[in-house]
Parts: sequence; structure tokens; C-alpha cells
Amino acid sequence: MPEFWSQILPHPWHLVAIGLIAAGLLFGFIGISTFFAIWAERKVSGRIQDRLGPTRVGPYGLLQSLADGIKLISKEDFAPTDADRFLFRFAPYLAFCASFCGFLALPFGAGLVAVELDVAAFFMLAVLSSEVFGIILAGWASASKWSLFGGLREAAQVVSYEVPRAMCVVVPVCVAGTLSLSEFARQQQGGFWNWFVFHDPFTFAAFFVFFITATASCKRAPFDLAEAESELVAGFLVEYSGIRWSYFFLAEYGSMFAVSGLAVYLFLGGWHSGVLPGEPTDWLGFWAGSFLNLGVFLAKCWMLVLVMIWLRWSLPRLRIDQVMTTCLRYLLPISCVLLIGVSLWQLLVPRSIGFVVSCALAVASVAFTFGVIVSLFRLPTSSPRGSLPGVWAGRSTPLTPR
Amino acid sequence: MTLSHALFAILASVTAISALGVVLSGSIVRAAVWLLFTLLGVSMLYFLLGAEFLGAAQLIVYVGGTLVLVIFGIMLTAQGPFSSLKTRPMEWVVGGALGAVLFALLVNAVRPIPDLQPGGAGTLPGTGPLGMGFLGIANNGAVAYLLPFEIVSVHLLVVLIGAAYLARAKRHQRTEGEA
Repeated sequence: MPEFWSQILPHPWHLVAIGLIAAGLLFGFIGISTFFAIWAERKVSGRIQDRLGPTRVGPYGLLQSLADGIKLISKEDFAPTDADRFLFRFAPYLAFCASFCGFLALPFGAGLVAVELDVAAFFMLAVLSSEVFGIILAGWASASKWSLFGGLREAAQVVSYEVPRAMCVVVPVCVAGTLSLSEFARQQQGGFWNWFVFHDPFTFAAFFVFFITATASCKRAPFDLAEAESELVAGFLVEYSGIRWSYFFLAEYGSMFAVSGLAVYLFLGGWHSGVLPGEPTDWLGFWAGSFLNLGVFLAKCWMLVLVMIWLRWSLPRLRIDQVMTTCLRYLLPISCVLLIGVSLWQLLVPRSIGFVVSCALAVASVAFTFGVIVSLFRLPTSSPRGSLPGVWAGRSTPLTPR
Repeated sequence: MTLSHALFAILASVTAISALGVVLSGSIVRAAVWLLFTLLGVSMLYFLLGAEFLGAAQLIVYVGGTLVLVIFGIMLTAQGPFSSLKTRPMEWVVGGALGAVLFALLVNAVRPIPDLQPGGAGTLPGTGPLGMGFLGIANNGAVAYLLPFEIVSVHLLVVLIGAAYLARAKRHQRTEGEA
């Protein structure tokens, strides 16, 4: 890629051109992902609540986000009288920049990365945790007590959840011995039993702890205490409207994809499908292989994002003290134990036993997932006339024949 | 004038301007935001020099630290007399003199170093060798910094526990007195 541009442009400018193209592609990726993630969010929430969700704009309501976007752009750009104008206007961009910078080090396939960093995992952790700055500045600058409460809650939550999240990142790092995400993917190629999530019981547990803390650090429900519309109106978003409001959501969905991508690299094999052998770009050529890698990686990311959406509409919101207790009294000790456990496993357990354990974990997980899916299709989707489904089975209704 | 020089000029001026902002702004939260940009600028300089680990560490340690500073700024001073800072003329003189002396000292220290070249990525060791050297495993005869590092961490832990104990002490006594 740099060689191609150096033929067209003189020396410093080809680097600038590559930088601009990479930034544009990443921005486009975040925008399009948010576009469809918001549609998926509304559709999934609709189905979970026995509604249809968006149906009017485009096929299956797919263009609903476009209509929302036009509405948001045409709204008045409003700031309260007492607000700190500069910080109020600036905070959404700060939140989005942090979420955007996380993607700089995230590979999308073999060699498909904006900046190949040796310390990509560490860099992503550092950058993604600065997203909270935008939130707390928005909360303070709005000059509203609801906003300030939301911002301070978010700060407390993020500062606490950063610790177990970082320790769960160290667990697979202990296994891989590197911080480079591309190297992570290279070590997990081949069958899915090579993925680090199945490496030993500790990484298996670390994946779930990491996913919970990542959900909390994206301030997604059940950890969305910063918004908490039942108590704080809309938290730090109270005074925001129009395009600035939508930048916060661009940041939120962007960081959802970023932490999902990080989880995919640390635990779920990166861009490797888990079925095909070796590195796809080696035996398919660069373009076809990269296309396959990109598809596999995005599919895994979308799976994790859909799980986050599913959790949001299934679980009730925690109280602020429950959020802090979950982190400091449960997740933090658990992650410490996992870190010590994985270190001992790496030192003491021989390779043959480790291979047997990882195969057993992989087979058990796949069998469990398969069993759940089969049971979903075997359950009756509707109950016969006059009876109720699920736990209400056997109760009488007005239509029950007597 | 290469690309690195241009980027350095931009980053250095942004860092310097936001450092001025820290000193000159009256609102304590705005000063903290300017400080955030100063520290971000410094981490960008590390990235420009190819020291990625140091840059990321700067981000996670100092930028995260500024977050706590902002929170304290909001929680402890939002209502009090410190929410807007007023500087007396004498403080300007003393602070300015100290700043000028420090600047002269730093310039003197930097001048003898020949030809600082940014972006020499080929010669830099990666994080792996650095970490191994830190543990004293890499090459025989190297000094292991692990023990001093651990002592410093335990010291920090002791300070944290002490601070927590001091903060709790008063309430603890009162409950004892009542019982």
C-alpha cells in the first residue's frame, strides 16, 4: 500500500494520503456499524418485548437510522444558559475521538490495520478508558444536577471496572506472551480448540469476566447508570440534543465494537474461522484471504455486539451500589484469582494435559451452544388456543374450555 | 523540513499552548481539561518517537490520573471559593521566575545531546526484551529492577491503606464512644 502511493505522490505526502484513507475507512466503518447496530438494537428490543420494531422506512425498517439521522441533524443545536459553552460543545467530540482512536490499533485481518502496534492491546485499553472524559465533562458542563450525577456515577463506574478489565486482558497475554493483536491472531490459527478462551479453565472464566466488565465500560445496560432514565432523567445526556447527542451514541456503539474486537482477538481466535487450517491469506492470495478474514472478524464482532444488545433488553438496571459491589467485591477478586491461576497453569501443567483440557472445554462449549439452539427450535413458538406458554402453562384463561 | 519535523512542530505547539492554558485559565475544571491536553500531547510525542509502550502508559496513567483530578475538582470545589482561581501579582512574579529558571536548566541539559532524530524505529527494542530486561532475565549481569519496583508498589499500597485508615478513623472512634 505505501509503495502504490509513493508512485503517485512525493515523499511525505503519500504517508499523509495513507493516513487520511485509513482514518476515513475507520470513520466509515464506525458510522455504518452504528447505523445497523441501532437498527438491530431497536429490532431486537421490539422482538424481545413482543413488538415489531421499525418497519416503515425501507425493507424491514433498515433505513430507520437514516431517518433518525436526518431528524437529528435538523434539530436545534442548543446549549443551556448556565453551561460552560466551550466544554459543553466540545465534550461529544472528545468522547467520539477516544472511541475512534481505539480502532487505530485494531486489526481487521492479516495486515489490515491502520497502525501495527507492538502494544496494541495495552493501547486499546488506555484509549478506550479515556472515553469517560467526554461523559464527565458533558455532565459537568451542562450545569444540571442530573447531568452531574450521571457524569460522576460514570466516572466511579469506569475507574472501578477498568481494574478487573485490565487484569482479564493480562490473562490471555500470559498465555500468548505478547501484546500485539496480530500476533494473538497468529497464535490462535487452525481449529477452534486453539482459541485462547478454551486454553484452560482460567482463560475460559476470564472471557466472561472480561465481557461483563467491557459491557460495563461501554456503559451499556444493565450498567447504564450514567443515563438511568428512571432516576436521572437521561443523566449526562439531559441537556444535549441534535447532532451532539448523536455523537455520544456514535461513541457508545463505536466502543461496543472496539471492545468486542478486543475480546475476539484476546479470546476468540481473531480473524481465524476456527474451521479452516492455517492463515487464509497464505493459500487464498492477499485479496480473497483478506476478504474472508474481514468477514469472519466482523461476524464474530457482530455476535458479541448482539449479545450485548440481548443483555440490555433482558436484564433490569442495577442500582449504583450494586454496580460498585459487583465490581469491587466480586469481579476484582475473581480476576485476581484468574491471573494467579493462569500463571500457575502456564508454569506447572504439562502440554499434553493442557491439550486434553482445552479440547474438552471446546467440545463441551460447542455441544452446549448447539444444544441450546436445538432446544430453541424444538420448543413450541406458540401455545394452543385457550392455554398459556412457559411458566403459565396449566393456568386457565377466559378462552379455556371448561 | 520532513514530515516528522512538521508533526513535531504541531504537537509541541499544541502541548505548549495547552500548558499555558493550565496556568492561565481561571476555572479549575477548565485548567484540568487543559492539563489533559498537555499530557495527551506528551504521549503523542512518545508515539512520534516510536516509544509506543511509553506513550500508552502515559495515556493510561497520567490521563486517567487527570480524570480523578477533574472529579476532585468538581466534588470538592464546585461550590467553594476555589471554583475560580485568582492569582495575585506576587504569585505571578515568583511562579514566572521559577518557570524561567527551570526552562533555562532544561535547555542547558538538552543542548549537548547531538541531533535528536525522531522515528528511529529499527533500533528500538520491543516490549518483550524490555520486559525481560526489567525482570533481569534477558542478558546475564543485567540489574534486575523487579525488587525495587515491587518495594515501591508495596510502599504505595501502604500509603493507600494508611490514607483509608486515617479517613475512617474519626467515624470509628465515634461508634466506639457510643457503644
